[in-house]
Amino acid sequence: MPTFVYMTRCDGCGHCVDICPSDIMHIDKVTRRAVNIEPNMCWECYSCVKACPNEAIDARGYADFAPMGHSVRVLRDEERGTISWKIKFRNGKEKNFESPITTKPWGKHIPKLAEEEVPSEEDINSEHLYYEPNGLNIDTGLPKIKKERFKQGVYY
Amino acid sequence: MISINPFSVLSQSVPSIAMQLYVVVMIVLVLVGTLFDIIHKKNVKYFFQNAQKAKKQATRTTEVGEKTSVILKTVASEILTTSELGAGKRRIAHLLGMYGTIIFWITSGVMIFCYSSTASNTPTFIPLLWHLGAIMTCVGGYWFWFFLRVDVLAEAHPWYRLIQADLFVLSLVISATFALIWSFFQSMNVSGLDTLFLVLFGLSNVVLFGGVYWSKFAHMFYKPGAAIQKNLAEADGSRDNLPTPSDKPKQFGLGIKRESPKHY
Repeated sequence: MPTFVYMTRCDGCGHCVDICPSDIMHIDKVTRRAVNIEPNMCWECYSCVKACPNEAIDARGYADFAPMGHSVRVLRDEERGTISWKIKFRNGKEKNFESPITTKPWGKHIPKLAEEEVPSEEDINSEHLYYEPNGLNIDTGLPKIKKERFKQGVYY
Repeated sequence: MISINPFSVLSQSVPSIAMQLYVVVMIVLVLVGTLFDIIHKKNVKYFFQNAQKAKKQATRTTEVGEKTSVILKTVASEILTTSELGAGKRRIAHLLGMYGTIIFWITSGVMIFCYSSTASNTPTFIPLLWHLGAIMTCVGGYWFWFFLRVDVLAEAHPWYRLIQADLFVLSLVISATFALIWSFFQSMNVSGLDTLFLVLFGLSNVVLFGGVYWSKFAHMFYKPGAAIQKNLAEADGSRDNLPTPSDKPKQFGLGIKRESPKHY
């Protein structure tokens, strides 16, 4: 789902230009507003969506799940440190997601893995990644889907 | 220099009516340019379509009183103090340029229409404000141009790279600069140079007001409209499809502060 910019909301601050790992967010030469110059080269990392202070960047959903009339919008709350997503389908169905921000400031808090304790065999075999689940601010552990709830036709 | 009305001195060689006609032509140029801009870019049509779409998605109805209050709050917070630019240098530069320009234009109009004859006695504060407005425009404008412009700050382009989006800010700061230089040479009685900078001041104004269709001049009309629409959409619950604000406790996540976009 490549990103696009609402020109009326953008104020041309350049946060998205700075953060884009694919270097495809640029400043338009006529309007001095941000623009995704190459949507098909978008990594879909949504760094620009989350970095935008004016909620001016959205994701354009793929036609198979979100055809015309849909919207995918994000709200970032810096005080609470949350990212909220609202997916709206063409038939009016809505899905809302909210997660804590885990992004670290530039160049800081780079994990010094060599200084950490050697992981146990149990840690290595666990499905958790480094600092999970504590780093995700989830006390109950990562959510799991029971096998019975898997879609029909998907086998493991 | 700063307490002398330059238009009153100018009236010795240029009739007042010619100056007034020039101002009227500039206003007409802005109106025509904005009208062409509206027709070509269809942005006003987009605004109305967006407003209708938001109305359909509204979760609550807003009364006229509430709408008025939202509009007044938007004017006080987002339009008069440009709060959308945050609390950094961009906002200070923008406020300097914005209020400097407004003061400069209003005092120009007052001096040209009320005090532009040799016999008129201009109150001292008006030329003072005129010079102050021009200086504020220059400080805000050049600060923006050399250091804060996103092309320079985030895109890492050199300050001397020119694009179409620069037409407005450049013609604005150049016209204020030429006005100050003209006033200086006029007060020093340097006859050749004061005429030269008067002509340059006039030409830069023609570029500024005549280039509305090609420049970002009209953003001063559209931006307030967009801010009002955004806040009305928040008041009626449609929120432009944005998620509802988080009810999580403070510092639920890291909530990093945004840094200056300068990590290239």
